[in-house]
Amino acid sequence: MSVVFWKELADHFGSRRFMILLAIIVLTGLWATYSAGQTIRQDAENMPTEFVFLLLLTSQSGALFPLATFLGFLGPLVGITLGFDAISGEYARGTLSRVLSQPIYRDSLINGKFLAALATVAIFWASILILVIGLGISLLGFPPNAEELWRMLIFTLIGIIYVGFWLALALLFSILFQRTVTAALGSLALWLFLAIFVWMVAKLASGLVVPNPSTPEQLVQQTNIETIISRFSPSTLYSETVHILLNPVARAFGPVLQEQLAGILPTPLALSQSLLLILPHLSTLFALVAVCFGISYVKFMRAEIRA
Amino acid sequence: MSTVVETIGLTKRYRDLTAVNGLNLKVEQGEVFGFLGPNGAGKTTTILMLLGLTEPTSGQALICGFDPTQQPLEVKKRVGYLPENPGFYEDLTGCENLLYIARLNRVSDPEANQRISRLLDQVGLSSDGDRPVREFSRGMKQRLGIAEVLIKEPQVLILDEPTLGLDPDGAVRILELITQLSRERGLSVLLSSHLLHQVQQICRRIGIIVKGRMIVQGELDKLGSAILKERQWNFLLEVAGQADGIERELSLIGGVAEVERRGGGWRLRCTRDVRPELVSLLTKKGLSLLQLRSEDPTLEEIYLKYFREA
Repeated sequence: MSVVFWKELADHFGSRRFMILLAIIVLTGLWATYSAGQTIRQDAENMPTEFVFLLLLTSQSGALFPLATFLGFLGPLVGITLGFDAISGEYARGTLSRVLSQPIYRDSLINGKFLAALATVAIFWASILILVIGLGISLLGFPPNAEELWRMLIFTLIGIIYVGFWLALALLFSILFQRTVTAALGSLALWLFLAIFVWMVAKLASGLVVPNPSTPEQLVQQTNIETIISRFSPSTLYSETVHILLNPVARAFGPVLQEQLAGILPTPLALSQSLLLILPHLSTLFALVAVCFGISYVKFMRAEIRA
Repeated sequence: MSTVVETIGLTKRYRDLTAVNGLNLKVEQGEVFGFLGPNGAGKTTTILMLLGLTEPTSGQALICGFDPTQQPLEVKKRVGYLPENPGFYEDLTGCENLLYIARLNRVSDPEANQRISRLLDQVGLSSDGDRPVREFSRGMKQRLGIAEVLIKEPQVLILDEPTLGLDPDGAVRILELITQLSRERGLSVLLSSHLLHQVQQICRRIGIIVKGRMIVQGELDKLGSAILKERQWNFLLEVAGQADGIERELSLIGGVAEVERRGGGWRLRCTRDVRPELVSLLTKKGLSLLQLRSEDPTLEEIYLKYFREA
């Protein structure tokens, strides 16, 4: 497996599409951080006194997305780009039957490819994080404290898992469809659906179930339906997780009733409490990766390799 | 001699199509076996089952005593497989492609590099090893493919249409290489092809598969003499001089069943050896003999005979 891993890793880093993606994401990411930093500097009096560093990732400045949202949007693209031709590309080149007639198990090929792509993503994400921290220190004039560092580190890990899901999905599609183009379009279509259309579907469905909410109960019910449906999408899971993680003050998902807030002090949560809050989301994300991988295994292990 | 490749009632069924039907095949140690059949006869499917790249519906394959569905790694360690149209990683050089395969076979790097330079030399690519494969011509890729299957030092070679789409010179070179390898290293070779004259050149034993069934299997000479026994004597005759009306006189010779004009001469189908009569007839007519030869059964004839019988 390690042979496949190193070869794939070298391929990723040498490939042109990786360079292009890297350039896009690093440039835009830096710009987003820079402008967020500028906003914080100009408006320093109105800023909260704690967790200023995290604001670099979450505060919106002008027309630009905050960095966290931005990475959440481009992450799937990275995953799909690295994964869509993993198996279908080998089919197309006619290399698959040659490689599989070597004394290796079939799963070591998928595992090696997946891990190599994941390692690429991890290196990618980690370097962006380091860039942001460096830029942040020079913009704000002070280093992040330990908790901020921890939260950013976990944010990176979650980002890697999230991209890992799209990677696993693209890998699955590349096994299901022997044509590279079909695999790419299939994964992109699913990404568009899960990232954008799922919201519309959720709104539509909740509007159908509870047509004209008049009482608070109905309103809550409508929102609940909407949340449940949209949580089928890993994009929702990711953005909610990141929201909780990077806003220590946030203590619940979705709308909160006035009564629930009574008596609560508006202090930030401890890191462990925030983690507790996002644990279900995280395990779902993990499970999704596992499911995609499981289906890939079942399909690929018994597939006929006729190249 | 021991049997290296053996299949027992090997069968592969797709939804409504039986691609390979109860195939029994034997390849002995150190021989070059020609696996013949028209397109779509099930040659490639059989090979895939031999390698464990697809599972047989029923029956069993044994390679060096190992079942490819049960112990795929043991089989793959011993078999070098060159698929039809082998593909390579186009951005890597020829050497890098070979090195990757060598590493997958757990050959240590220094050892692999030695083997690579030796093999590239052997297939005549020693000066192109550092060029990316995307610049390779078809024939070069085919030769690189041969080098690649040899890098694991296999006991058995399975070559699927190794000469397809090559120019005649390239094809001959590949075939020579295969025979040489088989002789020098005692490799057993299973060569699938539908190019008969090439198989005839290098294979001692052949098997013909049509519609998933092995119709005939055996040594080329024996199959030929089997055909020779039942068929009539066939001669090709060519003469110089005034040959008008000779056709009628030819057909009057006892034993000549059919006279047929072919090219500049005639093709005679006879029931016995009529050569003495032919020659004396020509002398009587004052014609000079340009050629008179009996047609040996070519593989093509063997093939067509069995193919039609199926």
